[in-house]
Amino acid sequence: MARNITYREALNEALAQEMERDETVIVMGEDNAGGAGAPGDDDAWGGVLGVTKGLYHKFPGRVLDTPISESAFIGAAIGAATAGMRPVAELMFVDFMGVCFDQIYNQAAKFRYMFGGKAITPVVIRTMYGAGLRAAAQHSQCLYPLFTHIPGLKVVLPATPYDAKGMMIQAIRDNDPVMFFEHKALYDTSGPVPEESYVVPFGEANVVREGGDVTIVTLGRMVHTSLDAAGQLAADGVQCEVIDLRTTSPLDEDTVLESVEGTGRLVVVDEAHPRCNIATDISALVARKAFGSLRAPIEMVTAPHTPVPFSNALEDIYIPDAQRVVNAVKTVTGWSR
Amino acid sequence: MPKWGLSMQLGKITAWAVAEGDEVQAGDDLADIETEKITGTLEAADAGTVRRIVARVGEDVPVSGTIALIAPAEVGDDALDAAVLEARAVIDAGVPDDAGGGAELQTADVGGRKISYAGAGQDGDVILLVHGYGGDRNSWLFLQEPMAAKYRVYALDLPGHGTSAKDVGDGTLGVLADAVTGVLDALGAGRAHLVGHSMGGGVALAVAARDPGRIASLTLIAPTGFGAEINAGYLRGFADAQTRRELKPVAGQLFADESLVTRQLVDDLLAYKRLDGVDESLHTLLGTLLDGDAQRGDSAAALAALGDAIPVTVVWGRADRIIPAAQAVSVTGAVRHVIDGAGHMPQMERPAEVQAAIEETIARAS
Repeated sequence: MARNITYREALNEALAQEMERDETVIVMGEDNAGGAGAPGDDDAWGGVLGVTKGLYHKFPGRVLDTPISESAFIGAAIGAATAGMRPVAELMFVDFMGVCFDQIYNQAAKFRYMFGGKAITPVVIRTMYGAGLRAAAQHSQCLYPLFTHIPGLKVVLPATPYDAKGMMIQAIRDNDPVMFFEHKALYDTSGPVPEESYVVPFGEANVVREGGDVTIVTLGRMVHTSLDAAGQLAADGVQCEVIDLRTTSPLDEDTVLESVEGTGRLVVVDEAHPRCNIATDISALVARKAFGSLRAPIEMVTAPHTPVPFSNALEDIYIPDAQRVVNAVKTVTGWSR
Repeated sequence: MPKWGLSMQLGKITAWAVAEGDEVQAGDDLADIETEKITGTLEAADAGTVRRIVARVGEDVPVSGTIALIAPAEVGDDALDAAVLEARAVIDAGVPDDAGGGAELQTADVGGRKISYAGAGQDGDVILLVHGYGGDRNSWLFLQEPMAAKYRVYALDLPGHGTSAKDVGDGTLGVLADAVTGVLDALGAGRAHLVGHSMGGGVALAVAARDPGRIASLTLIAPTGFGAEINAGYLRGFADAQTRRELKPVAGQLFADESLVTRQLVDDLLAYKRLDGVDESLHTLLGTLLDGDAQRGDSAAALAALGDAIPVTVVWGRADRIIPAAQAVSVTGAVRHVIDGAGHMPQMERPAEVQAAIEETIARAS
């Protein structure tokens, strides 16, 4: 039965159900148990934002607090995966990826290839991304384009509680290293989620809104921003098709191309910095493979090419909002040669 | 605004088929309506003149909210305008957040399996609706509420389906029949009318065959087991489909009007197929339904064993592309209703006619 729970609860449920089903699944990260042994409520917070709460007591010995050394514990998780476990490790803020990136892109991503298929690395690395919580430049980046660039990694960004649970279960069962991106602003959002275990396969984009006038391709938190914009545009008679990519690697090209072949217009909404991001990747895909269908140039709506500001007012301008998406759609629908 | 399904609270008119001033006959299309679960067409219940359209296209209307006024010429404009104002007030007020979702979902433990079922209606005979392969209790969306006015109407999720346990054991009809009997026991129903669709028809017959005294009547909608011919490609395609692209054309074969296969319908089917245990259940059940490309199972024998004991009706959509409507004649001794303009799911495409057939069967039982 599907009932409304939060994104955070959906992740927690996915972890609990998989840990129940498969004893090789372990959870590790900074404060993932959180203060175990401290008095009262302080005992086992379950992560800095509470995603792993309750798992420490439910699965003794399988939820580990790690030292503040990403190169050590992300490396350990990757090693454990190669040795037969299915760790779900938390890279608390994706901004910290720099100190453990070699472990991820040179080791985990390449083991299966370089060992001729004799090794698998079924690790899930959960990580928080995105701006909006006043966490400033070093705790608010997106960075998923950097991981998408690396062959051998899967990169997934669920936008809803239903997708969060299904994609986490899929990630744990997947034999490849999965970078699991959770936007900070989504943890408190709610939606219908079945009680039972289920999977959402990777490489399948979700058409969250149908429409014939323009295709909006987007991901993560920007899915909700794009839907807001689409609602506003519908009042003006412009019908937007909104596609949630869900996974950047593997990428569902067919759904994007089919949609643009129908609408002839593309707007890509990506919170990441504008150079070499997913918006540029999708734009190139469509320009190459659906050139004949395009009736207007492609528009991208992204953050500016600057670090994330700390000032409230500046951070609010930094993050792409529904108005900017509306403006981009009006540009492509109003365009003529 | 009709109530389609037990949890429906809101509907949205996507298009009006009539305008103010139009004369309508009973059965004419009035409006296309979209709900959270399904889209469908509302038909006029009686003849009359459409005097006022109340609900606008695209706005949410609570169930039972007035969407249009059909009245004879004698009714004056003042009375109509006053009624419109009242109706608009209801629509504009919306649905309160704490409004109940309808009948509560219940579960019964049957032989270690959790079986979900939901019911509506306070008085009258007990009717249990049994869905088909790959379906669930929502197959009866258009029937359950209207029939609840006169009967106690329940629908269950068979093992491997809906929100029931996703374990079908050896997948034989006996396992599925156990679930039906288990729900009747949980309801405390000594006797009940069974309505079974497709594989659910085979199940209903199996229940009646083992316990004829328990069943007051049988309405079989496109039941399995009455002939060799079946669209095995559809069944295998449904079980094997992994993506929306693969599932959509398969689902289309169920209906006479393929436009009923909305994105929402396909998404809901995919979400069901992705639940743990469903893939295995659906493939196990294929072994029960198919022998190569032909039907396995002999419902005719089960029916013959019943003799004349209980009234039996068979309903079939003439445009059925899964099991040919011609097999209806093999349901010996049954009253036959073959419905034009309907495929394998007449309870969705022509619910009013299916409801009439069920009620007529129940009347024959008393």
